[in-house]
Amino acid sequence: MAIVLDKSHRWRVVLAHVLIIAFICLIMFPFLMIFSISVRPGNFASGSLIPQTISWEHWALAFGFSYQGADGVLMEPQFPVLLWLWNSVKVALLSALIGVVLSTTCAYAFARMRFMFKNSMMNGLLLIQMFPSVLALVAIYTIFDRIGGYIPWLGIESHGGLILAYTGGIAVHIWTIRGYFETIPVEIEEAAKVDGATAFQAFRYVILPMIVPILMVVFLLAFISGINEYPVASIMLKSTNNLTLAVGVKNYLYPQKYMWGDFAAAAILSGLPITVVFLLAQKWMISGLTAGSVKG
Amino acid sequence: MSRRVEKIGQQLFSAVVVLFGLYVVAKIYVAGQFMLALACLAILAFGAFVYTSPRAYSYRYLFPGLMATLVFVIFPIVYTFAISFTNYSSRNLLTFERARQYFLEQTYMVEGGQSYAFTLHRDGRAFRVRLEDEQGAVFVSPPLALYTGPITVEANVPAAGDPPLAEPVDTKVLVGYLPNLKLVSFQLPNGQLVSLTGLHQYGAVSKLYKANADGSLTNQQDKSVLTPNMKTGFFETSSGEQMIPGFTVEVGLSQYAKIFSDVSFSQPFFRIFVWTVIFAGLTVLFTFSVGVVLAVLMEWDALRGRAFYQTMFFIPYTVPAFISILIFKGLFNQNTGEINQILEMLVGIHPSWFSTPFLAKSMLLIVNTWLGFPYMMVISMGMIKAIPSDLYEAAAIAGSGPLTNFFKITLPLIIKPVMPLLIASFAFNFNNVMLIALLTGGRPDFLDTKVPAGTTDLLVSFTYRIAFEDSGANFGLAAAISTVLFLMVTVLSLINMRLTKVNAQEAR
Repeated sequence: MAIVLDKSHRWRVVLAHVLIIAFICLIMFPFLMIFSISVRPGNFASGSLIPQTISWEHWALAFGFSYQGADGVLMEPQFPVLLWLWNSVKVALLSALIGVVLSTTCAYAFARMRFMFKNSMMNGLLLIQMFPSVLALVAIYTIFDRIGGYIPWLGIESHGGLILAYTGGIAVHIWTIRGYFETIPVEIEEAAKVDGATAFQAFRYVILPMIVPILMVVFLLAFISGINEYPVASIMLKSTNNLTLAVGVKNYLYPQKYMWGDFAAAAILSGLPITVVFLLAQKWMISGLTAGSVKG
Repeated sequence: MSRRVEKIGQQLFSAVVVLFGLYVVAKIYVAGQFMLALACLAILAFGAFVYTSPRAYSYRYLFPGLMATLVFVIFPIVYTFAISFTNYSSRNLLTFERARQYFLEQTYMVEGGQSYAFTLHRDGRAFRVRLEDEQGAVFVSPPLALYTGPITVEANVPAAGDPPLAEPVDTKVLVGYLPNLKLVSFQLPNGQLVSLTGLHQYGAVSKLYKANADGSLTNQQDKSVLTPNMKTGFFETSSGEQMIPGFTVEVGLSQYAKIFSDVSFSQPFFRIFVWTVIFAGLTVLFTFSVGVVLAVLMEWDALRGRAFYQTMFFIPYTVPAFISILIFKGLFNQNTGEINQILEMLVGIHPSWFSTPFLAKSMLLIVNTWLGFPYMMVISMGMIKAIPSDLYEAAAIAGSGPLTNFFKITLPLIIKPVMPLLIASFAFNFNNVMLIALLTGGRPDFLDTKVPAGTTDLLVSFTYRIAFEDSGANFGLAAAISTVLFLMVTVLSLINMRLTKVNAQEAR
């Protein structure tokens, strides 16, 4: 921008830097604090941000080892954090995969084909993608309770049932992928058809490889929402070894049994890998966040 | 050649799929779920039509997504509506048939009847029960799995050629199986029914209720009569006393009437509604304000290191929310929390974040702003990029400062395209049950309401409590509130679609 800069400009830049850094300190405070808490001995001790004595007891417990304290008391790990992390990853991966597989061809049809009720179906889809699954919680619970009576691995207290319940996010996926299809020129398929490809071959061998990026984005967003989902998981899973991370970690902070230090280590251990994945995929996520929502 | 193989493969595959589908339908039908079996059959038939008829070609692409939407999104919604017209709850959980069955299986001890000493014997993986009455007559049951529900089996006098029973299990094992044995009654050759009455003893019992022709049940002990009341969903005595368990019946609009006219419900409902709107509105306001200011800074060319800053700002969004929320829960803890320690050190105050309604609400908004501003920043950045830079150049020539630029150019230009996203965010936070459940659990509760309702409860978390935390588990009422919420979200959604459409038309 060719703008004449006045004297106050430099000061404004400096001020902006100072404010931004102060703000970053503020939003990072919880993370720094939680790290310091995780290496503090004991579950109640309070102290400064930089701990005076470092103890790895919470970390040992989080990794599932027992720990012998300085006073000789043996502490056993209370909760299987790594198992919860595995449960979460398993459920989120499978539900994201199912979601992408089921929505891709549907999105293609909405973007390219003409058929009966197309407009009303699109509007309906747009409408129901706004409905959060929490609103149907009672129905979801009842349905899976009944299914579980006949097929135990799809009922309450099963990961299969949870994965199916998460498939409800599919309306959003269809919408996001459809938006991306519309950015691809129709001429490409026409060219493929001129070369003798059937409609399905044009889709399968020409278009599908082109939309891999958006499929990755949708997969990632579905994976993230699967990891982060709380309400449905909290009604479907009850026994300790079955929980996902989202419903499991809160068990550390019951008022009757408040394990602040153990929670800190478990939170970092389980949250860090997920955060790293998200950060690495940040670019894709941002494009997905804007792509899906803006194109209406 | 390979084409033919492919074709045969396809046909085989479809045949397998259809056969499997029919098998599932048959299983569902046998299980007694007629409507469900019919629905599955309809889906199967539709699928078969779509994938064989050339006329339905585009539906081949649509089928997987549409069916998934139908089954996993629309069906639960419709089912929620249906439940909202019933009295489904922990007291009225069973179907009428099952409730009736329950009463008919109840037994009582016959006074002065025989008692039978019994022992439990292993038979492979199953068990057999040996009964011996006071006169020394012996009866033996067939092998039993001992983990099924209530059953009645015949126990007979052992024949001469039968192999002898194994040694009886010791008391410890026996005690472990008592709950299962309690469910098993034996019918002896003379027709006498016996049930478990003690640790080593079975006693003569008979069925407590006898079914009458008019559907009522007669109590054999005191001759009182239970009549099923299809309005309340209970078997009732002549004096109107309701017997547990009840059964699920249609109650029409009475759950809705409860929400809107029963003061003990409507009062907390409306208070919670007001707070829900305030919470969602303020969350959108705060997150958007912080987000848009940061976005403006991030789009300022004179600022170095923006990529780094942007990553740092994005971090709250990348940490799983359930972890951040719990971190805040600990940090805000009144006695051991680090935030109060710092406040104590700096200004000497010690706020009770979780027990004062106002502070609890403030805490929720602080945490939610922290969680939500990166998203607002990201979407605002995209929109600010789209503003042509000559507008700012012209403004600079006219001598306008950064504040004027922001309020006269940036904000008016992005507010319109961002509006649908703000409404979507409003709708999301309107139903943000995770934040409430993990941070405050809705507490502190109102002191003057009959139903448990919290000052920080949102309508959804209130519903969640009614259905899953309250001991009454009033699913019917929860479904009714959910239905009302569905309508509210629909209205928001329609407004949103309208705005999006208007924006799209103006962009053309």
